Amino acid sequence: MAKRSVVPFGPQHPVLPEPIHLDLVMEDETVIEAVPSIGYVHRGLESLVKKKDFNEMVYVTERICGICSFMHGMGYCSAVEKIMNVEVPRRADYLRTIWSEMSRLHSHLLWLGLLADAFGFEALFMQSWRLREKILDMFEISTGGRVIFSVNKIGGVLKDMPEDMLKSFVSILNDMEKELSETTTVFLNEYTVRSRLEGVGIITKEDAIRRGAVGPMMRASGIEVDMRKTGYAAYSDIDFEVITSDKCDSLARCQVRIGEIFQSIGIIRQAVEKIPEGEISVPVKGNPDGEYFMRLEQPRGEAFYYVRANGTKFLDRMRVRTPTFANIPAMLQTLQGAQFADVPLLILTIDPCISCTER
Amino acid sequence: MKTMHKSPWLLHYDGSSCNGCDIEVLACTTPVYDVERFGVVNTGNPMHADIFLVTGGINSQNEDVVKQIYSQMPDPKVVLAVGTCACTGGIFKECYNIKGGVDTVIPVDIYVPGCAARPESIIDGVVKAVALFQKKHEEEEKKKNGRYR
Ligand code: SF4
Repeated sequence: MAKRSVVPFGPQHPVLPEPIHLDLVMEDETVIEAVPSIGYVHRGLESLVKKKDFNEMVYVTERICGICSFMHGMGYCSAVEKIMNVEVPRRADYLRTIWSEMSRLHSHLLWLGLLADAFGFEALFMQSWRLREKILDMFEISTGGRVIFSVNKIGGVLKDMPEDMLKSFVSILNDMEKELSETTTVFLNEYTVRSRLEGVGIITKEDAIRRGAVGPMMRASGIEVDMRKTGYAAYSDIDFEVITSDKCDSLARCQVRIGEIFQSIGIIRQAVEKIPEGEISVPVKGNPDGEYFMRLEQPRGEAFYYVRANGTKFLDRMRVRTPTFANIPAMLQTLQGAQFADVPLLILTIDPCISCTER
Repeated sequence: MKTMHKSPWLLHYDGSSCNGCDIEVLACTTPVYDVERFGVVNTGNPMHADIFLVTGGINSQNEDVVKQIYSQMPDPKVVLAVGTCACTGGIFKECYNIKGGVDTVIPVDIYVPGCAARPESIIDGVVKAVALFQKKHEEEEKKKNGRYR
């Protein structure tokens, strides 16, 4: 038997944009076991409910994670709105849908870039991030911020997008589609890229269910789960297919996310066509009392928001279960038996977001 | 050693940021902003780095990591705190696990405010850090020369 050794990986590591620490038990070049230790980004954000009132918490929840900041704010607001029985105007629902899909677009492009960086394809990394900047420009035009937007409020949204702005966004996205397909074909067809991704990090359908994976990880193992199909915000009016793949490997995860990039563009197009005129928010009076579970689909998978209120300004409890947390067991399984050189890549294929996992 | 101060290397560590400032720092190295045109190269190895860029505040778990990275960097070094979190603790200041800004554990030279800090201000901070690094480097040289004379 080969000699076993333990290699520490992280928290500060060139390919990891965020700190996570793994102890890799190695036998020669093969990983036998990976033991994670976390807490480097833990802030104790949920405890802020005791110090900040439920309106201020909107801004705190947006800062759970800067990548899906819009969706975090939206999840929290929707949960409180449900507790208070507030009916959000339809136009606000549509605007939330459009911003959510823009978040998905920028998150998936960011991931594609980081993936390319993990296997050492620098030019592809730069290309993906160059395309991502166009989405951020759209965010900046519509909300004023690039990564933290603060446009959500309890009862609707704070900013409206006028007709011509929406039209111009659609035409920007139409132009982007060609460039996007050029870049994404490199991921799917280029020989060198395929050799790094194909057959690496397999999670079978049964394993994915047993480990409780979510989002693109689950969909790449051939299981159709997508919280958008539950029809929150304006998704009930929008027609789309859940993208899945049966190949279960890293390439499949890449394929699913690339499919979702184009799908998001389609959803934005539909939403712009159907968006009704009207108010963007309703006034909210009083304090929330009760509890609610909100589930929504973030770029990384399904997120839960649990809010319990007691009739005062300060909530009793706010709890978030984020998609990366659910995906970590599956990631640890892919690491078992992997080659050492594939470790950064395998960590990246779940699209880890440590800051929302640890909050 | 004469030319070294013209292209300092940069090390980025994510303290307990929300990722907002973090991805903005990464965005600075990509084509639209591209800080590398100022001679700054992003590295992953503390022993090669001259500028230490930290995003996010300090908590009990990463305190030692930040101190360790700082001590591993060769002198002279410049520390750059990016984002309101790294400057003061920001919105998370009242959280039980946050000790405050980066300056609670290591000396900080340049503060870049903003939540999230915009790429333009990050670049501004980096350019200032490059100038400060040159100054520190020259002082160090002078000291050395004085000693040898
Ligand atoms: S300053 Fe704001 S955007 Fe930056 S890490 Fe802190 S909370 Fe996030």
